[in-house]
Amino acid sequence: MSLIDFFIRHQREIGQATLEHIWLVGISMLLAVAIGVPLGIIVTRHPWLSKPILGGANIAETIPSLALFGFLLPVPWLGARADRLVITALMLYALLPIIRNTSTGISSVNVAVREAARGMGMTENQILFQVELPLSVPTILAGVRVATVLTIGIATIAAAVGAGGLGEFIFRGLAMVNDQLILAGAIPAAALALLADFILSLLERRLRPAQS
Amino acid sequence: MKVEPDPDSAREPIIEFRKAGYRLPNGQSLLEDVSVAVGRGETLALLGRSGAGKTTALKLINRMLDPSDGEILVEGKSTLRWDAIALRRHIGYVIQEIGLFPHFTIEQNVSLIPRLEQWPAERIRARVKELLSLVGLDPDTFSRRYPHELSGGQRQRVGIARALAVDPPILLMDEPFGALDPLTTGELLKEFQQLQRRLRKTIVMVTHDVGESLLLATRIALLDGGKLAGIFSAREFLSAQEPVAAAYVANFRMYEEAERANEPH
Repeated sequence: MSLIDFFIRHQREIGQATLEHIWLVGISMLLAVAIGVPLGIIVTRHPWLSKPILGGANIAETIPSLALFGFLLPVPWLGARADRLVITALMLYALLPIIRNTSTGISSVNVAVREAARGMGMTENQILFQVELPLSVPTILAGVRVATVLTIGIATIAAAVGAGGLGEFIFRGLAMVNDQLILAGAIPAAALALLADFILSLLERRLRPAQS
Repeated sequence: MKVEPDPDSAREPIIEFRKAGYRLPNGQSLLEDVSVAVGRGETLALLGRSGAGKTTALKLINRMLDPSDGEILVEGKSTLRWDAIALRRHIGYVIQEIGLFPHFTIEQNVSLIPRLEQWPAERIRARVKELLSLVGLDPDTFSRRYPHELSGGQRQRVGIARALAVDPPILLMDEPFGALDPLTTGELLKEFQQLQRRLRKTIVMVTHDVGESLLLATRIALLDGGKLAGIFSAREFLSAQEPVAAAYVANFRMYEEAERANEPH
């Protein structure tokens, strides 16, 4: 049986697993943006917090994903369900690029622009929301793009703790020494990563403000 | 409403430095014991070398910096007792690099403070047109453009229009005509001189150019090494005995001498 036949025959399961995968990554990324962007802003406002915040995110980044799942397992509410556990872990991985790019984006706003904004009598919040963040959008989105591609890959390991997703096929295929089964997980995961990368890069280019 | 110039108004200070000084957190002094009063409608040039404290002095006026010693009064009130935001909106600010917002159109750049002050849309539109015409830019051509589509001189004009948006009585300018080619600088200077006569703003400008100071300023405050070396009218400056002023004048005269040397005999 060819690989194509296999995909056609199991299209419903593969589709189902792909949707689960998207769901895991999507929720994780939403949370990571919701937490990472404000943290990135805080880092630029209070430089002394930059070491602990970036350092913490850096450490999360270095923990092997299976070990991270293990660490989170005993945590009361999180460990109770596999999807909560996986979403938290994926979010932690996604944080670093988002925090870093947010703070880089804001601190690379032209000094003269910031000085003019302040000198004209804009408040700190007005400067942040009307000048610094709009000018940082492309850099922040680049961070989101890196983080998304990263989490799509790591999310395949979610199957190890029973959270579903495309990793199911990979793990089953490995156990049964079945290449087609492995590829049924690996190919859609890779395609998903490429697609996410493409869409986010389009968005990044569209939102790039006019630059001198 | 037309107000006749009050003979006393020239002496009523709108900005006053009282023994003002500024030190960096590490203790290094950038400005020391400066006392000078700027009358309403006057143009004061802060002249000096790089590092003489000109920009520091300017930034003390709109509270971009707080004085370490002494005080600065604006409209008779210490800057420290002003709300920084209210003070800055009371004062137009033009910096050398202009700092136009690259993601805003020219119209959005110029109308930023009126928008923050929640002027009605109609009034904002009319004001932008008025301001762009005032600085010699055709509103229909330039309103929708972005800063990067403009030349340096045009951007400088937009910077001036933006600083004048809410018609502040005071204008601070940090080398507003620097970083342009000499012909563009000349054009802008001449136009700005006319604008100045029409608008009668109180202007404090930082410059290292004697010609610019003589052309625009009613008085010149000479700064040297963070201290006030003297305050001169244009005529006083040209014949000043004060060594730094004399050095500036000698340097300025160098061009005249070059001109004379090349005259046909």
